[in-house]
Amino acid sequence: MSLKRNILDLRKRKIEVQKGGGDKAIEKQLAMGKLTARERILAILDENSFHEYDLFVEHLARDFDMENKVLHGDGVITGTGTIKGSPICIYAQDFTVAGGSLGLMHAQKITKIMDHSLKMRVPLIGINDSGGARIQEGVNSLAGYGEIFFRNTLASGVIPQLSVILGPCAGGAVYSPALTDFVFVVENISKMFITGPSVIKTVLGEEISMEELGGARVHCEIAGNAHFYAKSELECFEQIKTLISYIPRNNTEKAVKIAPKEPLKKYKIEDIVPGNSRLPYDIKDIIKSITDNSDFFEIMELYAPNIVIGFGRMNGETCGFVANQPKYLAGVLDCDSSDKAARFIRYCDAFNIPIITLEDMPGYLPGVDQEHMGVIRHGAKILYAYSEATVPKITVIIRKAYGGGYIAMNSRHLRADFVFAWPSAEIAVMGPDGAANIVFRKEIDEAEDPEAMRKLKIEEYKEKFANPYVAASKGYVDQVIEPLETRSMLLHALSVSANKSVSMPRKKHGIPPF
Amino acid sequence: MYIDMEELKDQEIGEYPSFPTSNGVFNTELTKKFINRKVWETPNPKKIFAIIPGTIIDVYVKAGQDVKKGETILILEAMKMQNLITMPFDGKIKKVYVVPEEKIKKSHLMIEIA
Repeated sequence: MSLKRNILDLRKRKIEVQKGGGDKAIEKQLAMGKLTARERILAILDENSFHEYDLFVEHLARDFDMENKVLHGDGVITGTGTIKGSPICIYAQDFTVAGGSLGLMHAQKITKIMDHSLKMRVPLIGINDSGGARIQEGVNSLAGYGEIFFRNTLASGVIPQLSVILGPCAGGAVYSPALTDFVFVVENISKMFITGPSVIKTVLGEEISMEELGGARVHCEIAGNAHFYAKSELECFEQIKTLISYIPRNNTEKAVKIAPKEPLKKYKIEDIVPGNSRLPYDIKDIIKSITDNSDFFEIMELYAPNIVIGFGRMNGETCGFVANQPKYLAGVLDCDSSDKAARFIRYCDAFNIPIITLEDMPGYLPGVDQEHMGVIRHGAKILYAYSEATVPKITVIIRKAYGGGYIAMNSRHLRADFVFAWPSAEIAVMGPDGAANIVFRKEIDEAEDPEAMRKLKIEEYKEKFANPYVAASKGYVDQVIEPLETRSMLLHALSVSANKSVSMPRKKHGIPPF
Repeated sequence: MYIDMEELKDQEIGEYPSFPTSNGVFNTELTKKFINRKVWETPNPKKIFAIIPGTIIDVYVKAGQDVKKGETILILEAMKMQNLITMPFDGKIKKVYVVPEEKIKKSHLMIEIA
């Protein structure tokens, strides 16, 4: 065979395998409103940057007549490419080939590209669209999942790992996304659960639709398993590209710096917070009045909206923002918001991203359900995450900072590098109403008009203690600043912290309150 | 600190409902999850609820019957396991709310003790 014929033969083979599950299966995939695995990869990566490997891998199943079946690429496409010039390892399960089911070789293709991404220290993107374990391959498919989970854990905190759920992802398969940093879901396409609606119905008699049980919205709003919600696959791919632009490619680098820009003029930082401290406002307006170009890339927007997390840039460099949101539940800390913030703080710490904390919250959420869900254990996560973080940590107290919440939100006592407070800050051991009732109980009880005395004493307490100056007099607050100075103070603090170096006690690892 | 929820209704400001915390009352939007949270009820030991959804296999007691602590009163099968439900203390059965082969959900009232 001449080389020319060899080349033609190669081309023929490639075309054959790249058909995936064939025209009929592809038609079915499109009818479900989904793109094919290959289309997805090409849409995420830069043009002409995708390079595929292990195209000719074949499955190893020899039971149940499987030896006669051809499964192109064994149901998964793997390779490397770039996003905005930044190198990426990627895999996409191909639902058109045996329902994207995971057999031994399918798993080996995935673990190979995972090993590659860890070795090369570049981000990994996994696109999940699979019916689950390939039953015909028995325990081999379980072994495959286990090998993937192990690598997810090894790579955690070393390279960014993104999971994109673009189809079913059920049973054991869900644990790979759960171990990764960011999970993307799309309305009507993503379905994630441990046990599906039919099993739940037969075993437990509970009837629920797939969308209500494990649809995109549920994971973003109720369960908190997913971080980014999109209405279409294309919107989801844009989110992936934006996220990649904000984060470094591994834990030894910083995110790529871009040209600095001033915040937009329409965000007037002095006009956002209402005078009446009972009233809410949108903390995102404050973030946008501080960040470059007023850009803020929010993470977990729908889950526990009483705390806001996400990325913005300061002077062209990525910062992580953690901010109480007075617009929802007065910005209290509860089980969900503590989980949400703590994980993000650890992400920023792992990937050299400075953390800016904006504080305005009246403490932890009271309630039997919270206590019984373990708000003690969950709330502790946020203390742990802030205390453990060694990246630059800067706090701005906007308004309320009461009680345990004051300590938790990156206070000086957890080794914040800088703590600034606006003159509107109310830093106190508890809210004026409660504090006055305790401290002045005798005076109130003995007064001729206890109600009038209570009001008087609350005002007195507010005047004396609900301000930033008591904390500033002890050095817990470094400086009381005017709102308009916030950005310049933050920029200065960040530049001063650029070479921050602290040493922590040596240990194998801590025992965080998981 | 006791908070009168009725009184709070008068304190709504604009579209924002009042929201009590241990550090004062604030006006803020509520989340779906908060609104749908389970409100605590003091458990009544005389009412025996299903701790897990499943199927009633057999019921061994009738209304009016005296039963000693620890005696099996019914079998609830769930997750392929037959759970023996026993009498929590000596007492008389007031009412039986389930019959054999009935499929019940979690927290379904099965037996009431007088």
